[in-house]
Amino acid sequence: MALPSYTETRYRIWHYFYIAICTFVFFFLIAPLFVIFPLSFNAEEFLVFSEGMKRLDPDAFSFRWYHEMVYGTKNPWGLAAKNSFIIAIFATIGSIILGTLAALGLSSRHMPYKGMIMAILISPMIVPLIISGVAIFFFMAKVGLAATHTGIVLAHIILGTPFVVITVTATLSGFDHSVTRAAASLGSNPVNTFMKITLPLILPGVISGGLFAFVTSFDEVVVVLFLAGLENTTIPVQMWTGLREQLSPTILAVATCLILLSTLILISAELLRRRSERLRGINR
Amino acid sequence: MSSETKQILTTDGIPLEVSLKKAEKKNKIKAFLLVAPLLFFLFITYVFPIGEMFTRSVDDKMITNMLPKTFKAMEKWDGKELPPEEVFAGFYLDYKVLIENQTQGKLGQRLNKEKNGFNSITKKLMRQIKRNKIDESQSIKEQIMKVHKRWRNVEYWQAIKRTAPPYTMAKYLKGMDMYYAADGSIAQVDEDRRIHRILWLRTLEIALFVTIFCFLMGYPIAHLLATLPMKYSNLLMICVLLPFWTSLLVRTASWMILLQQQGVVNDFFVMIGLVADDNRPEMMYNKVGTYVAMTQILLPFMVLPLYSVMKTISPSLMRAGKSLGGTPFVAFWKVYFPLTIPGIGAGCLLVFILAIGYYITPALVGGASGTLISNQIAYHMKTTLDWSFASAMGLMLLSGVLVIYWIYNKLVGVDNIKLG
Repeated sequence: MALPSYTETRYRIWHYFYIAICTFVFFFLIAPLFVIFPLSFNAEEFLVFSEGMKRLDPDAFSFRWYHEMVYGTKNPWGLAAKNSFIIAIFATIGSIILGTLAALGLSSRHMPYKGMIMAILISPMIVPLIISGVAIFFFMAKVGLAATHTGIVLAHIILGTPFVVITVTATLSGFDHSVTRAAASLGSNPVNTFMKITLPLILPGVISGGLFAFVTSFDEVVVVLFLAGLENTTIPVQMWTGLREQLSPTILAVATCLILLSTLILISAELLRRRSERLRGINR
Repeated sequence: MSSETKQILTTDGIPLEVSLKKAEKKNKIKAFLLVAPLLFFLFITYVFPIGEMFTRSVDDKMITNMLPKTFKAMEKWDGKELPPEEVFAGFYLDYKVLIENQTQGKLGQRLNKEKNGFNSITKKLMRQIKRNKIDESQSIKEQIMKVHKRWRNVEYWQAIKRTAPPYTMAKYLKGMDMYYAADGSIAQVDEDRRIHRILWLRTLEIALFVTIFCFLMGYPIAHLLATLPMKYSNLLMICVLLPFWTSLLVRTASWMILLQQQGVVNDFFVMIGLVADDNRPEMMYNKVGTYVAMTQILLPFMVLPLYSVMKTISPSLMRAGKSLGGTPFVAFWKVYFPLTIPGIGAGCLLVFILAIGYYITPALVGGASGTLISNQIAYHMKTTLDWSFASAMGLMLLSGVLVIYWIYNKLVGVDNIKLG
């Protein structure tokens, strides 16, 4: 972003001002995540930087809260983590299957009422979670699925499918349909064509939609708060109660683990996006 | 002649037109069958339950079912003077059934909401009936009127009559701080008790300002990301995408740590001498906390659509504008900015929609003055258990959101939502 040498002074000033604003905004976006990191190694029980930490005294840092997170007595995190993963995995599988099928139908040019159906399928993403939570709670209570894993998985499938629908339709928009016709003309049946031709080509889109669905389920707290009993507690629910009641640094240890997880997911999502663009022949 | 030559047949001997139409229809059904499982699933578990919220919000059948004979007799009563003997007799018979079923308490509570003072007089009547003090061979009207002087007051009977319809809009009126007055007209709640209107306005205000802040902060960095060379912008993009993928609760927790009184932000303010150490400002549990945290959390939803639009604008357009004599500011304002309007629309609508229904962040950092309408809905769902009121408020919020969603769909198209 070097400026040409003929730039007038006022534009030069403006340019540096603009760079300063951008730096501030990037800092504003990313810095809060890094506060958690050092504080989770705090040797003391408070959520502030102790004097020792400011002096970088090694005694002020410890793995105490990570130890507490894993081995602590009456510790909810183990059960919560197990539940979170089970629920998120099943919700992701359900979202991928339903969402991919729907996206295939929506991408067909023969699909009737495309706009309206798309708007309905995306709506769980747009409708405020509190309203979705109330509605889903009424339904689950009526069919007797409140406070069960099945109920929460179904709820998260509702919330996760819009992401799969969006990413897979986006992938299919650049899809060359002549390859499936070629397969059909060579005698392949539709299922075989899908498994051998279509699926490998749209797989990056499917997986990245699946990642979104996974994160949505893994991070979702509003609906779970309505649906979950004590048995179904998840990591976000535990964090929610923790943040409301006893603020303990254990939460920061958990949060650090979650940030590492989201970094992993971000990297996989980026790699997938690039692979998808390469496969679809989009050069950037 | 023309019909004979133009009639093209397929190899099966069917006219081509018919055959094509058949194929077209088959394709339509095929496409629809693929969408059907998800659509069916969503209708059962999501769309219908939202509809059910509506019936729940207007439902007022409880009293209608409790006092069938009373309301039957009241049909002939004009509601101006004390009701005739039949109404009193009907009420007495209905109430006796309720006492036998031990559900008379609910009636008292529900009527008390309609008009203060019902709870005590229904209890008094119950005691008289239980002691068999009411002689059914004599005028029941006279005997009930003797139980308490309020039973002689026509206003109480008018209140009962108002609860007769099985449906009511009362919950919606309550959500807007209004109620049905004694004569059935709609009245405003006293000024110092208008809590819901404050909440609606605050929700709108916070959503609007968060959208503006997100726009002001998102536009410059989206521009920078779109104009920098790939290798730098990819790196900076992480700053946008990492928060986007990080758990909402983690981000809220980090703001709670930053904004607390002994927190990093206050430490920094003290260090640069902006505030005195013993006079640290309260930045959490108020609107400031809600604004700051929500802006940071929703900023990626502004940057991503802006970025994807700016990416498509050729840099040569700005150069052309400048070479034609525009200053950089004029070139930006007349050439670049108008081209980014679709992105601005998409980003602002998306952020506004998400902000207006926010729940978790305001509940944790908002305190009393930073809570939004969603928090009120949760409060009625969990604490007061007034589910019909929660449903009514939810649907009022939903109707607002759906209007914006409709505009978004018209302007941007739901299939153009950008995710990462």
